[in-house]
Amino acid sequence: MFEELLGLFITAIFVENMALAFFLGMCTFLAISKKVDAAVGLGIAVVVVLGVTVPVNNLIYAYILQEGALSWISEDLAAVDLSFLGYLSYIGVIAALVQIIEMFLDKYIPKLYNALGVFLPLITVNCAILGGSLFMVERDYNFSESVVYGLGAGIGWALAIAALAGIREKLKYSDIPPGLRGLGITFIATGLMSLGFMSFSGIQL
Amino acid sequence: MASQSKKVLMDPLFNNNPIGLQILGICSALAVTTNMTVSLVMCLAVIFVLCLSNFFIAVIRSQIPSNIRIIVQMTIIASLVIVVDQILKAYAYDISQQLSVFVGLIITNCIVLGRAEAFAMQNPPGIAFIDGLGNALGYSVVLMVVAFFREFFGAGSLFGVQILVPVSEGGFYEPNGLFLLPPSAFFIIGFMIWALRVWKPEQIEEDEFEIRPNVNKEAF
Repeated sequence: MFEELLGLFITAIFVENMALAFFLGMCTFLAISKKVDAAVGLGIAVVVVLGVTVPVNNLIYAYILQEGALSWISEDLAAVDLSFLGYLSYIGVIAALVQIIEMFLDKYIPKLYNALGVFLPLITVNCAILGGSLFMVERDYNFSESVVYGLGAGIGWALAIAALAGIREKLKYSDIPPGLRGLGITFIATGLMSLGFMSFSGIQL
Repeated sequence: MASQSKKVLMDPLFNNNPIGLQILGICSALAVTTNMTVSLVMCLAVIFVLCLSNFFIAVIRSQIPSNIRIIVQMTIIASLVIVVDQILKAYAYDISQQLSVFVGLIITNCIVLGRAEAFAMQNPPGIAFIDGLGNALGYSVVLMVVAFFREFFGAGSLFGVQILVPVSEGGFYEPNGLFLLPPSAFFIIGFMIWALRVWKPEQIEEDEFEIRPNVNKEAF
């Protein structure tokens, strides 16, 4: 059991890296990777939000939306299948949780709140967060797996954005052809990183 | 009015392309482009969602309280995506399996929310619909070009029809497997942006630093 979870964790970080293998959260990934500090802050926020939303959405899916999930209320509801409401509920949960986390941090951990600043609200529309929940449903993770998967996926994404920010801080001193400057060269650098991360794909855990 | 709608429609195609310049909606652009049929379906889905979400948000724009506008926009967008998803599952099940989570991810596709925030909240429904169409087409152009390169060089086919016969089936073409892997999409888009900016130099980004010319002659 423990080994399986560890395997899932490592897979989520390296082999199935959210950003570099599935291209999730690319918009923020490219837009906020100019400075290492900001990138690390955003990365931490993503880890926290993914680590909370994936398990919560897992509970919602297992006890409310899945076919027959409502049978714990009464036998008559056993045939109800609400899974088509999935998208609406997941995004609602994510938006609400981000708001709650924001208020919680503001009150109890103001230091972290100030550090994360504008990034928290931005996270609602980060595809990596919704993608995490959708993958969880598609792959039928149970509760403990979804906790591990959420955290692993978040850490993988944070790792990738911190690495890209490091590369971009060095890149800005280099002499790049004018048309490729900025976005173009960032795409190519990300492509090379993605190529590097592919070398993990042979790992079987 | 006519010229304004034309501008709103045509501008996002090349002059202000959502992917090339606004950095919006990149996630799905990369993931679904290994074959042209799937990308075409994805483009149609995005065109549908973007036009209608812009339209409906513009219709009720003055009724939306500004502090909960994101949730309201999200609800409209998510409902439209559910419609698309159900239609795909009913009429194109295979393709919906291949698109897997990426149909759902149209909800968080930044183009949709970005255009809702930036355009639909300030403009009447008609022109907002056209803006949605223009941006969705700009997105589709990039998606189809990337898919063309990836399917043509990666599998030697277009829309699933074999054009270059691969060596394994007695032909001459050795498929370039890299084009089917994730990194190739980054390279193709990177080079596309380069090409676009050579064609339209006003899109070139300012250099953040200028390297001081070497005045110290002894350095040579």
